[in-house]
Amino acid sequence: MSQSFDDISAQLKRRHRKTARLKWISMGALGLAGLFLVLFFADMLVKGMPAFQQAQVQVQVDYSEQASQIPLAALNEDARPLVSRGYLRLIPGRMEDDPDLLGTTRMEWVLADGQVDQYLKGHHTKLKAGDQAVVDRLVEEGRAELRFNTTFFTSGDSKMPELAGIASAAMGTLLTLLVTLAVAFPIGVMTAVYLEEFAPDNRITQAIEININNLAAIPSILFGLLGLAVFINFFGVPRSSPLVGGLTLALMTLPVIIIATRTALRSVPESIRHAAFGVGCSRWQVVRDHVLPLALPGIMTGSIIGLAQAMGETAPLIIVGMVAFIPDITTSFTEAATVLPAQIFTWAGEPDRAFIEKTSGGILVLLTILISLNATAVVLRKKFERRW
Amino acid sequence: MQTNQIIAMFGGALLLLGLIAFFLGRAKASRVRASGKTMYAQPDQYAWFAVLSTAGPAMVVSALGGFVLLLLGAEIPTLYLLGGSLAIACLGLAIGMLMVRPDFHARQAIERVIRFVLAGAALISIFTTLGILVSIIGEALRFFQMQNFWDFITGTIWNPGASFLEAAGRGDEGGSAAQFGSVPLFAGTFMITAVAMLVAIPIGLLAAIYMSEFAPQRVRTVAKPVLEVLAGIPTVVYGFFAAITVAPIIVSVAGFFGLEASFNNALAPGIVMGIMIIPFISSLSDDVINSVPDSMRQGSLALGMTKGETIRDVVIPTALPGIISASLLAVSRALGETMIVVMAAGMRPNLTANPLEDMTTVTVRIVAALTGDQEFASAETLSAFALGLVLFVVTLSLNLVSVIMIRRFRDKYRVNNL
Repeated sequence: MSQSFDDISAQLKRRHRKTARLKWISMGALGLAGLFLVLFFADMLVKGMPAFQQAQVQVQVDYSEQASQIPLAALNEDARPLVSRGYLRLIPGRMEDDPDLLGTTRMEWVLADGQVDQYLKGHHTKLKAGDQAVVDRLVEEGRAELRFNTTFFTSGDSKMPELAGIASAAMGTLLTLLVTLAVAFPIGVMTAVYLEEFAPDNRITQAIEININNLAAIPSILFGLLGLAVFINFFGVPRSSPLVGGLTLALMTLPVIIIATRTALRSVPESIRHAAFGVGCSRWQVVRDHVLPLALPGIMTGSIIGLAQAMGETAPLIIVGMVAFIPDITTSFTEAATVLPAQIFTWAGEPDRAFIEKTSGGILVLLTILISLNATAVVLRKKFERRW
Repeated sequence: MQTNQIIAMFGGALLLLGLIAFFLGRAKASRVRASGKTMYAQPDQYAWFAVLSTAGPAMVVSALGGFVLLLLGAEIPTLYLLGGSLAIACLGLAIGMLMVRPDFHARQAIERVIRFVLAGAALISIFTTLGILVSIIGEALRFFQMQNFWDFITGTIWNPGASFLEAAGRGDEGGSAAQFGSVPLFAGTFMITAVAMLVAIPIGLLAAIYMSEFAPQRVRTVAKPVLEVLAGIPTVVYGFFAAITVAPIIVSVAGFFGLEASFNNALAPGIVMGIMIIPFISSLSDDVINSVPDSMRQGSLALGMTKGETIRDVVIPTALPGIISASLLAVSRALGETMIVVMAAGMRPNLTANPLEDMTTVTVRIVAALTGDQEFASAETLSAFALGLVLFVVTLSLNLVSVIMIRRFRDKYRVNNL
């Protein structure tokens, strides 16, 4: 049976349409992933940006004898529910430090209660109708407004949303990452140098290689179990401390640094090594003076990426107890601390709606740091990478 | 004296001895060389050897001593241990000075020590794996002494609550005994993983096809790093997103169709996890598709096949081992994912086939067991390690199969960049 040209060209058209369809569908898949990314960031921005602003009210503070005993007495009846308890708590202490305050009455801008903050931002609030009217009046008089939220960056965790901040978590992250870097970087680079430059190609070396690749794919929570069983229960490292968190993360980051360093070492051409051997260098001298300096940008890039990964990690740290409530900023490696992702996790579990905003704000800070770290890595690579 | 102070003093003394060794060694070597003898190495190398022979043995002895102290619980006071180490350091200093001789190969000796140290560093990764294995298996065995292994594998009720009362010696008050049947946990894990794969594999694979076969170079260079951003977002952030944004959307969509969905439904964490995993699949599949030899495409096009048919019938089947390998890695990733499910999935062990209900997973129960106020030896805490053991075995086998498949592909087409 022979087909007419029309049939064949119709068939061809169909076949080409199929190709076009595949193209559009696959493009759509990529677009979908991109769309999700955009939606995600938009959602986080919308939810998180209000966290960087905080309501403040101007109230009349009466530093009377009574106020040094009962701080609430320093305020007018109708201003009392509007002011943060965190501020009131400070009044007696301030009066002790500065005796001149006694008997004076001042107009002061003070931190508003979390509910006032939510009301001003147009969210659902538990503020009573009468108090809402007072806030409305204050806004009209210009005595209540949203200002930049410095508390968020300077204070630690708190059960009062208007006082909660990320400072203690940021400090914990810094300490933890210092431990991670101090442990993972030297060991990782040394391992990679051994495997690439020194190791004979035997069974043991292959076993180490397979093992490293496996470690990179082990779920992070299992590293938490390791940290709990070995570091805390066996070696007695204090629970919840940046030390134990850092060590756990170091073991997790190790494969990332090893793999990146090996790639960097491999990209240094053999001719460099041959030339160095040719003038009488020993193997270690070749590595130290010629191969490592040339591979350094690649090693740095890999380490920064590994560190960024460790910074966003939460699961193993929860297992070793780094989800503690830390109101004060600690600077010790062995005291209880928390990290940014763990702080986000804690706030996400708070029932108060105001904490959704704090959580998203913390997420924005974390993402900003992570993106700048990764951008630094990319810039480093672009700037120093040499094509041989 | 505080232990910290003793350790600090020890470090200071060792540093001082090392410095002394360096300068004495260099001075002596310079003197010998100045006297006209030919030496095998430079003065600096003799100096460094002296430093190594001073600090090396002392550090090894103190570290080993500390380890024995912990392991056997032997009572050697820290002071004596570190004092002994310092004595060894002095001995090492003397030996190092003696070795400054023209016929001693200081450079080779240093080389050997460095090689040894580097190999030691490489062994740490082995020790990490061993540490994970030993700690998990050890605690899991303790758990299986309390609970029957088969009940754990085949039981359908997970109710650890009562183990708390048992541990408190009030076992008969709670009514029912603690039950550790892990089937509902695995069901939840596989349900969420399946949802994640249903999202990630089609989108990831199609995106890889687009990037490697259709996209112009410019789109490629932008799209790849942008997709990688998805993998770089911390999982705790995804968890928050799934719980706060995605879950309510799913509940209202389900409500629109007259279905009832829980706010802790398995769909939300599954979808979000799938999105997180897209780059894992697309990136590796992209590499694999790119390394399919061009001669195969040319042959197919020369036979009159369209581009779409070439992709469907030649490129994808050739790249299939690599794509399966990528998918297996992604599955292993999804099984072990913790934060998304902790924040967005339920806590209730629930054996159901309906993804709109709340389900819990292995990782959720591990976290729940270890963050409770239980003492460490209680059955509930130890159950975390039994679950961890299962997780370890499953992810390890998936990874191994994946590695073997990608190696086959690589060997068959002689590709070097995978």
